[in-house]
Amino acid sequence: MQCDVCKKKPATVFLTQILGGKIQKVNLCESCSKEKGVADPTGFALTDLLLGVGNSDEVASPVGSARCPVCGFSQAELKKTGRLGCSACYDAFEEALGSLLKAMHKGTAHHGKVPARAMRSHELSRQVEALQDSLAKAVGDENYESAASLRDQIRQLELGLQPENG
Amino acid sequence: MNFDDLMGRTEHWLNSKGPQQHIVISTRIRFARNLAHRPFPGWSKRAERIQVLDEIKAPVEALPEMEGGFSQVLQDLTALERQVLVERHLISREHAAKGAGSAVVMNAQQSLSVMINEEDHLRMQAIRPGLQFRDAFESLDTMDTELELLLDYAYSPKLGYLTACPTNVGTGMRASAMLHLPALVLSDQMNPVIQAVNKIGLAVRGLYGEGTEALGNLFQVSNQTTLGESESDILQRLTRVVEQVISHEESARQVLLETKRTMVLDQIGRAYGVLSNAHSIASKEALNLLSLLRLGVDLHLMDDTWRLAIDRLLIDTQPAHLQRESRRKLAAEARDVMRASIIRTRLENASGPDFSSLPEIPPQTSENAEG
Repeated sequence: MQCDVCKKKPATVFLTQILGGKIQKVNLCESCSKEKGVADPTGFALTDLLLGVGNSDEVASPVGSARCPVCGFSQAELKKTGRLGCSACYDAFEEALGSLLKAMHKGTAHHGKVPARAMRSHELSRQVEALQDSLAKAVGDENYESAASLRDQIRQLELGLQPENG
Repeated sequence: MNFDDLMGRTEHWLNSKGPQQHIVISTRIRFARNLAHRPFPGWSKRAERIQVLDEIKAPVEALPEMEGGFSQVLQDLTALERQVLVERHLISREHAAKGAGSAVVMNAQQSLSVMINEEDHLRMQAIRPGLQFRDAFESLDTMDTELELLLDYAYSPKLGYLTACPTNVGTGMRASAMLHLPALVLSDQMNPVIQAVNKIGLAVRGLYGEGTEALGNLFQVSNQTTLGESESDILQRLTRVVEQVISHEESARQVLLETKRTMVLDQIGRAYGVLSNAHSIASKEALNLLSLLRLGVDLHLMDDTWRLAIDRLLIDTQPAHLQRESRRKLAAEARDVMRASIIRTRLENASGPDFSSLPEIPPQTSENAEG
């Protein structure tokens, strides 16, 4: 298991913290655990640690001042409020959120309800992929008539995949 | 309907029977949803919030569930009216504090409510009497499925429903049961129960959610995590735990009756005495005494029909409800007088606890106590 902070060395310190009734888990290598002062569990918060604001050198790092390209929300604000600015922030702060989500939740991937729209576009993407495979094969076989018809079908499906305006 | 019409209707969950109602007062489930390509309410400008409100409000009002329901932007409700909705658990305390661009829509039965522009663009809730996770989930799921055809939700195949706070991402679902646990409290067993429930990733909170005190022996048990498990897995885990807490409370009641019979009956009798005769009573005392009286109903010392009447009083004696009833702002002392008067009036027709209806103490217990 890798260290959650440096992501290089193997983790040897496994920490579970209960904050306000919430269980958070973090795995650290020996040098990171010393650096973060994990020996003194009262003196630090897991969220700070995972968001890379544990010591002053890192606050100034470009990661801390990163902004969401869509809404302009910054990682410093995420640290301060624990909230995000828009749905695109999940991509913008993927790295910092990754360990946070891991510590907060049962898993890191959604296993619940899928909205009908997402289901439909997922289904369409799969169909497009399948048609693209057939298209490549048809081109390889120099079956251009069939390739042209497959290309038209793909275009048609891709129209349905475009996000609706609004 | 307007606010007065809404208040004229009794909430469905306070007016009907539900499973396990001797311990579970109500079940609530909420979904957090957001629109794609729009900043979350907390990071939106006023104009953006109003635009999102315009986009969401009409489709929500047009849902078949909301026919003949109530819909209002928060600005058009007085502070007192908002507080009444908070006391009924129809909107959150956070939502009550919101300004322009926020609204609430609910059905006439007050069993389904939608907050627009709370922390997320949409927070929808179903509430049911007793322990009914399945039923509450199904009605909310149906409404959500109707809405998702009309609104473009922020959703990622990997992370699920995207929410303003990462603690809600995934299913966006928070399910909770309001439990009445007087025997566990009276026998000092509540702390170990809270710790055990916390250990398996569920939260225990007071009457009005996060950071509130557990008044009236009322506790909310809810799921803490939303990502990595399906809705039905979460609800199954929660149901299992709630059922365990119920059986702990049941056995604690049995043990109390066997070992501390006099103390329990004394407390219930005194609760009835004070509630039916007091002329001024503070909110905290009222909640705690009503809790003991409810225990009396559960032990069959009073008729079963009093259970809903007591649950009704738990809500009707809250500060905003009292002030609405009296149609004026009341200082704390005046509220205490009015609270006592409402309780006295409602209990007028109650014949009081009938202690002779309790079965005798099993003989081996009394022998043990003597030896």
